[in-house]
Amino acid sequence: MRIIVQEQPFDLGAEANAFAASRTDMGAVVTFTGVVRDDPSRPLRQMTIEHYPGMTERALEKIATEARARWSLGDVLVIHRFGPMRPGELIMMVATAARHRKDAFEAAEYLMDYLKSRAPFWKKELAADGESWVAAKDEDEDALTRW
Amino acid sequence: MIDVLYFAWVRERIGVPREQVSTDAATVAELVEELRAREERYALAFSDLKALRVAVDQDLTDFDAPLKGAREVAFFPPMTGG
Repeated sequence: MRIIVQEQPFDLGAEANAFAASRTDMGAVVTFTGVVRDDPSRPLRQMTIEHYPGMTERALEKIATEARARWSLGDVLVIHRFGPMRPGELIMMVATAARHRKDAFEAAEYLMDYLKSRAPFWKKELAADGESWVAAKDEDEDALTRW
Repeated sequence: MIDVLYFAWVRERIGVPREQVSTDAATVAELVEELRAREERYALAFSDLKALRVAVDQDLTDFDAPLKGAREVAFFPPMTGG
């Protein structure tokens, strides 16, 4: 299990390949990647992610440990960036490896649902009309009830 | 003394990322009352507790949580990672 919180970009292909190659007994690897999304109606200049050093790693480890307890997983990888990013840049990725795909898919969804509203990250958008903090969505909180 | 940390718009409203606070508050809610009484910027930041989340010693908790033995309390808006 690897939890990485960093400012610099990461190489999705290299990370996914290394993750998939690290075990030979896992038949399924699922990856999810979060990307800075532009909005044609309000072009985004920059997104800045703030986090709570220490608690961030702790919260991500707790979520990943819970995922490993609920599903049969060979490995889990979480990489999440902070700092300023441009539209199209990769914000984060999760990868799960399991013997079969159902565990890998479900665990990846679980990791994302919890990461979105339980890991201490906050997004701020800078557009032509100024800066604003991204508001949390009720549906993100509601998504946790299914687990 | 307890370290009090602020993130995102809470940090911007209060104007500092962290500060040391001398307090006898027994719970997070009592600490919030003490901070609110300090200055307008605190009253503004803590005007709607439903819009805030709190962590004590880096674990998410609620405003009723006790502060006995706590070293660090953090206030922030709902999280928006991913």
